[in-house]
Amino acid sequence: MKHFVQDLWCKFRNNRKALFCGYILLFLALAVLPFLLSNTVGRTWVRILDFALIYAMLALGLNIVVGFAGLLDLGYIAFYAVGAYTWALLASPQFDLHLPFWAILPIGAGMAALFGVLLGAPTLRLRGDYLAIVTLGFGEIIRIFLNNLDHPVNVTNGPIGINKIDPISIGGADLTRTHELLGISFSGVHTYYYVLLALLFMTIVICVRLEKSRIGRAWLAIREDELAAQAMGINTRNVKLLAFALGAMFGGIAGGLFASLQGFVSPESFGLLESIMVLCMVVLGGMGHVYGVLLGAILLTVLPEILRSTASPIQRTLFGDVYIDPEALRMLLFGLALILVMLMRPTGLWPAPKRRTAADPDIAKD
Amino acid sequence: MILHMPLLELTKINKNFGGVQALNDVSLTINEGEIYGLIGPNGAGKTTLFNVITGVYLPNNGRIKFDARSIVGRKPHQVATAGIARTFQNIRLFQNMTVMENVMVGMHAKTSTGSFGAIFNTKSARHEEKMIRTQSMRWLDYVGILTEADNLARNLSYGDQRRLEIARALATRPKLLALDEPAAGMNAIETEELKGLIQTIRTDGVSILLIEHDVKLIMNLCDRVAVLDYGQKIAEDVPQLVRKDPNVIQAYIGGELP
Repeated sequence: MKHFVQDLWCKFRNNRKALFCGYILLFLALAVLPFLLSNTVGRTWVRILDFALIYAMLALGLNIVVGFAGLLDLGYIAFYAVGAYTWALLASPQFDLHLPFWAILPIGAGMAALFGVLLGAPTLRLRGDYLAIVTLGFGEIIRIFLNNLDHPVNVTNGPIGINKIDPISIGGADLTRTHELLGISFSGVHTYYYVLLALLFMTIVICVRLEKSRIGRAWLAIREDELAAQAMGINTRNVKLLAFALGAMFGGIAGGLFASLQGFVSPESFGLLESIMVLCMVVLGGMGHVYGVLLGAILLTVLPEILRSTASPIQRTLFGDVYIDPEALRMLLFGLALILVMLMRPTGLWPAPKRRTAADPDIAKD
Repeated sequence: MILHMPLLELTKINKNFGGVQALNDVSLTINEGEIYGLIGPNGAGKTTLFNVITGVYLPNNGRIKFDARSIVGRKPHQVATAGIARTFQNIRLFQNMTVMENVMVGMHAKTSTGSFGAIFNTKSARHEEKMIRTQSMRWLDYVGILTEADNLARNLSYGDQRRLEIARALATRPKLLALDEPAAGMNAIETEELKGLIQTIRTDGVSILLIEHDVKLIMNLCDRVAVLDYGQKIAEDVPQLVRKDPNVIQAYIGGELP
């Protein structure tokens, strides 16, 4: 069965016409998905989908640092925070600045990349667990800073957070409002979906291209053996900083989009648990494999929501009452799923093809 | 064959680890086009010297001149870029990358595509990538493992892993190839093939520094041999004379050579 599916997949990939049709179908499916959702299960689900796309972007950024370059970063959410707060400060009543999104997006990305380099630089000599601890500390420092920067000069509003953040607006059209186009009404979550999808698509293309490039090979080489990488003439310092900067950049962009979609940011969105959650998406999906990470991010955002909305009704129909709080059940099942995946598929749900061949002796033989 | 132009000159290299004097006033010269052997009992400081040359360790004092430039204090990647490539005593391949990719990494320093070129897939990036592929194939063919190109490095046989390490090192286009015990763990046939490969590499204009325990290989292959013992160079000459040197017999072999 496994071989049959693989055969079919190979044939499909090698057939240009089939591949083209596949892409068209995928494109159409992604285009109608939000309408399908809002007409069947409700508009909330389009919003959840939006968040899944943001998390996917975030996870892809972390994948550059953890998956490609092999640098275990537990404070990645800090760059998400930097991006979110950059957007919040430049497009909200906080300082009465209302820059357009095409200006904030690069500024946010640049700020996050800068912080990526600043936080990456002192950790260059560290590896593995030590690196994880230091980055964890850095992540917390950023959050605590945001929490306390309300005095002596009020910058971030402290724990209260920043409210009324401008949404993305294109040509004066506010994307959170409902718009009519060609007789179809696009509500805010719908338009955001398309914007996020486009940006995620760009992120995927960039990640795939980077991975296959000279830079990507240098990252993988550092992940595999840093000393040998140096002996090949790779300047590991620069190449690692590049990984930190590019990874942080995607985090920053995702953070900015999060702020504008949510309309509100506060430090509590950027805790350690968030960092770990994003790391779980990377590890569970398949570290170092762009599409695996994508899968991990979408599963880990959407499944808990499905569970949240179904746990109570199912219990009520089966047992007549709600015995386990859906929130507790969610974490329980999440933990269980994590353990099961790590036991049964240690390289993730959808690991990079080469690594799968290596881990699975059956496939390695033929 | 031997051009007698000094390529690598070490002068009075000292290296201490705490109280241990790992290298004591070691001076040696490797000429262009030469196969230079370095032998010595376990713990004599061979690998330490190797690491000093390749920039992994900083010597406490002493001078290292390569290609008429000082390379003391340079980082490993700078030494590699300057033209010294190395292999490792315990094989250090990029295990989860393919054989081909391993060699492609070797071409890092001699190529230049940055993140911009990669992201926008520019014409020059595509061109360079193509060049990297063809060259890498050529290096794999050169060491005789072209058929393994798409396998993972860790799935190679032991001998082929050694070959891949050499191919990867050659891909950096070195002037000096430093081999740390390349024949370790090889059987007689594999060692013979390795000998042929090393001779070919030298014929193609790359000088070779060879650390080896296989005395027969060293004696057959090297133009000159240096012997280290307790961090000191106790002999340096053509193999025929070194094997008769009383100091060497005393320190290294402990008796007459068979």
